[in-house]
Amino acid sequence: MILFRLAWGSMWSRRITIILTIIAIALSATLYLGVDKVRSGARASFADTISETDLIMGARSGSVQLLLYSVFRIGNATNNVSWQTYQDIAARPEVDWIVPLSLGDSHRGYRVLGTTQGYFDRYAFRGGQHLTFAEGDRFADLFDVVLGADVAHSLGYSVGDEVVVAHGLASFTAHDNKPFTVSGILQKSGTPVDRTLFVSLEAIEAIHVDWQGGAIVPGTELSGEEVRELDLTPTQVTAAMIGVSSPLDIFNLQRAINDYEQEPLLAVIPGVALAELWEIVGVAETALTAVSAMVIATALIGMAAMIFSSLNERRREMAILRAVGATPLTIVGLMLIEALIVCALAVLLGVALLYAGLLVLRPWVDAQYGIYLAVTAPGPSELWILLAIVGAGAIVSLFPALRAYRMSLADGMTIRF
Amino acid sequence: MPEPDTQPLAEREDKAAILLQELSFTWPGPSGFRLHVPHFRLERGERLFLFGESGAGKSTLLSLVCGILEPAAGELNVLGTDLAKLSRPARDRFRAENIGVIFQMFNLLPYASPRDNILLPLNFAPQRRNRVGSETAAEADRLAELMGLPKNLLTRRTSADLSVGQQQRVAAARALIGQPPLIIADEPTSALDRAAEDQFIDLLFSRIEASGASLIMVSHDMRLCERFDRTVNLGDLMQTGGGGSI
Repeated sequence: MILFRLAWGSMWSRRITIILTIIAIALSATLYLGVDKVRSGARASFADTISETDLIMGARSGSVQLLLYSVFRIGNATNNVSWQTYQDIAARPEVDWIVPLSLGDSHRGYRVLGTTQGYFDRYAFRGGQHLTFAEGDRFADLFDVVLGADVAHSLGYSVGDEVVVAHGLASFTAHDNKPFTVSGILQKSGTPVDRTLFVSLEAIEAIHVDWQGGAIVPGTELSGEEVRELDLTPTQVTAAMIGVSSPLDIFNLQRAINDYEQEPLLAVIPGVALAELWEIVGVAETALTAVSAMVIATALIGMAAMIFSSLNERRREMAILRAVGATPLTIVGLMLIEALIVCALAVLLGVALLYAGLLVLRPWVDAQYGIYLAVTAPGPSELWILLAIVGAGAIVSLFPALRAYRMSLADGMTIRF
Repeated sequence: MPEPDTQPLAEREDKAAILLQELSFTWPGPSGFRLHVPHFRLERGERLFLFGESGAGKSTLLSLVCGILEPAAGELNVLGTDLAKLSRPARDRFRAENIGVIFQMFNLLPYASPRDNILLPLNFAPQRRNRVGSETAAEADRLAELMGLPKNLLTRRTSADLSVGQQQRVAAARALIGQPPLIIADEPTSALDRAAEDQFIDLLFSRIEASGASLIMVSHDMRLCERFDRTVNLGDLMQTGGGGSI
């Protein structure tokens, strides 16, 4: 008890350096735990994005690439799948349901997805939840559009508003001769759906029918009403989500698609592609974790340096303690207690900063990156990390403590200055 | 010259506060400072004035007597205990229980209150604490008052803003609490002016008389030596091995 009081008193007399040290360690702990939170949050968000879909089919490319552009709307397809091929696959006996995906256009930074009404029935996320409408309903008319929650919220649209779709992803050429009308707005799902605009496959066909090579061919421009008269059967789709009749058919169908002779295709199982993605991302995650562990180590070494540099001014203090009967081990104990108090306070502050940061940044991270960060009590792994920080602090402080031990043995009762 | 001791050692020890025989100590390192005391004896209740040139080894001798340094050879008997035979922690414990130390200056832990400073040795010396009884704070206050310290000073949060004279009085109260049988003072008045020095010595002596403790005080101020029972030049102590009285 007296040791604790002495350590506390000594620390209080050096409180500015002590507080700065505590802040440094606390920030490093916050960084480490924050990286961990974002990592698990990102994984959970990704893993929650698609369920109940057995296969994703697209033009032959990488499986991760296919998963990214079809489900996460990240990156682009290198090629499309012809409508004929799509029909062929859809007609296979193993296929229970199939939903086409047609990507390529955008609206003010948000991607436009051409699909069928089946999307709203089949797309499932977070363990089987289906999309629901906050307002309005699915697209019924050719020029109806359904908005994801974030699109509607950030662009301030409501049902009945007009939306002009732009050609490509970052283009200034708009399909402004064929404006869409908002027919419905989806409930927030925490998936890329929130940041997507949905139109029918025919609508995608309709807005491109008078385009050639990325621009309207002059003189051939058609009005919305004229387009309605045309045959709007799609010529190609970007990808498709497939459900099989029996789980046993998944691999058969996958092989059949991959071996499809008329066109190079690729079918992936979302979970497998996701695992492949983690393998790639895992390297970056490990690097990030290593960097934040380094930051913790740096902060702890800073603490040891702080204790080291305090030793000289504390030689007097140590001589006094020795004179009144303190053993050199008591001196070592003082140093260790100091390190433990610093680390314990730092860890508490670090956790407080983490949760404060989570509460403040969560809506922004969700809106910006679609990563839902769960605010939950620290789990066992986090508690172990915190404990490890305190333990590592004690170990690091052994070095100055041993030096103090030797100094207090050598100095004896001589007070050196 | 005093008569050489003829009694067997065991019989002499119990009367001596300190008994050194052929004591030697060498500092490690290139300087190789060596201290050798053929014979030295301090009686119980005796007040000894020790002087000597700077670097003569006064602090080394005091550290040996306190059991902080370990002699290379010879007998180091303090209050009937051969310190050379004790383990290091046992020597620390012995010092805490039996010896009160006052330094030249910077005697106090600046971040602790004066009262906590006075009580400090009791944390390492259970027997000394028992002698004080349950009212340790009251005893600290009483000693401080006897040393002429105002009461409101004691509970200040820190001791850093006390004057040097006040600090030395707090240090004296700390050395005296629990009535240790041996007080060692290493130039305790060197930072005080003459009036403060006299006052300090008066107060210290009155307390030591009351407790019956022995005192070794190192000082350069020869004016003080007449107030002591005996005066020893460390140089003589090392050369002659005798009492070296002047």
